[in-house]
Amino acid sequence: MSGRTFTLDGQPVPFTEGETVMEAALAAGVYIPHLCYRPGYGHHGSCKVCTVAIDGHNAASCTTRAREGMAVETATPELADMRRALVEMLFVEGNHTCPACEKSGECELQAVAYHIGMAAPRFDFFFPARDLDASHPDVILDRNRCILCELCVRASRDVDGKNVFAIGGRGIRARLIVNAASGRLGDTDLAKDDAAVRVCPVGAILRKGDAYTKPVGQRTFDLRPIAAVAIEEARRERERRRG
Amino acid sequence: MADRKLRIATCSLAGCFGCHMSLLDIDERILELAQHITFDRTPLNDVKKIGPCDVGIVEGGVCNAENVHVLKAFRRNCRILVAVGACALTGGVPAMRNNVDLWDCFQEVYQYGGGIEDGQVPNDPELPLPFDKVHPVHEVVRVDLSLPGCPPPADLFWKVLTDLVAGRTPTFDRTLVHYD
Repeated sequence: MSGRTFTLDGQPVPFTEGETVMEAALAAGVYIPHLCYRPGYGHHGSCKVCTVAIDGHNAASCTTRAREGMAVETATPELADMRRALVEMLFVEGNHTCPACEKSGECELQAVAYHIGMAAPRFDFFFPARDLDASHPDVILDRNRCILCELCVRASRDVDGKNVFAIGGRGIRARLIVNAASGRLGDTDLAKDDAAVRVCPVGAILRKGDAYTKPVGQRTFDLRPIAAVAIEEARRERERRRG
Repeated sequence: MADRKLRIATCSLAGCFGCHMSLLDIDERILELAQHITFDRTPLNDVKKIGPCDVGIVEGGVCNAENVHVLKAFRRNCRILVAVGACALTGGVPAMRNNVDLWDCFQEVYQYGGGIEDGQVPNDPELPLPFDKVHPVHEVVRVDLSLPGCPPPADLFWKVLTDLVAGRTPTFDRTLVHYD
């Protein structure tokens, strides 16, 4: 009973030493929108969608350790506006054509946008020229849809032990690159069952032949909102770690 | 004033008329709606020129000069401009040509595509000038309300139109929002 707690929108949330605000919130059943964080993977803190106010200062909840007595706010109008702006920027920065995307209904960018109430991006669209790499026999890499979350980079390095992916270039020229002299996915040792393929939250890395196998209405986020899916995913990861 | 019918105009720019079909998918509720609205310019009555309206419903993105003229006329004449569907909101599927050279695109469609014999790229002066990129509506005019979907569900049209008829600010919940 002498557990440590902080408050999240005024409610006490228990945590164990070393846990992040995100991990403690998910364990308490509170969803904080996020894209580059995934339970079980190293923390990255790049998308900033999970930003919360901690004792009045904004910080990424996925990279901030919980401390006794801290006052965290997530459900404020200001943070809601900021999250919506960040997600809208991701939509206009790439080429995210939901009606023509195989990942639609399974896409976390789309599901997070539903959660935060985006009807349409308010910004001008970039329509950037991005490459599509279909050289691999089992996997397609469509950079039009990449949001540079680096989940595939972490999965390939930390889970698959292959180092297939990296981010190359800076700023607006940053792009997902692959570890082959030719620069082609088909010349890497990526396999279709690799964690790096499964972990992509958007439609950038897709297994060939898997498209449109689930009918509209039966897809993950047709059935449940991302808040419920993410809380469930975090629970499974905690159970997996306990063994 | 409460008895005055809401005057609505609609158009499809670079769209497929799927959003208009979804509007018609409100089925028999259209009879109830007809008691409260009247149509100005719309492909449903084939009137070509828009007059002052309460609501303008715009489907499709902006892909040529004529689209801009129609869209600006809608903005000038409509108190509330509603952009509907993925193409109006994001450019949508037509905008997938935005990184293909326009002339390459025309040649593929009119000259080299499957089953074409002696094809030519149309060049009649009456054809509107195409743009090298397709743009969402909000990049050209101010939009008051955006209805996402490909197409937006009939229930979303119904919710928003009944709100407008009742003089309420339209609201809709997450279950009616799909980008595909």
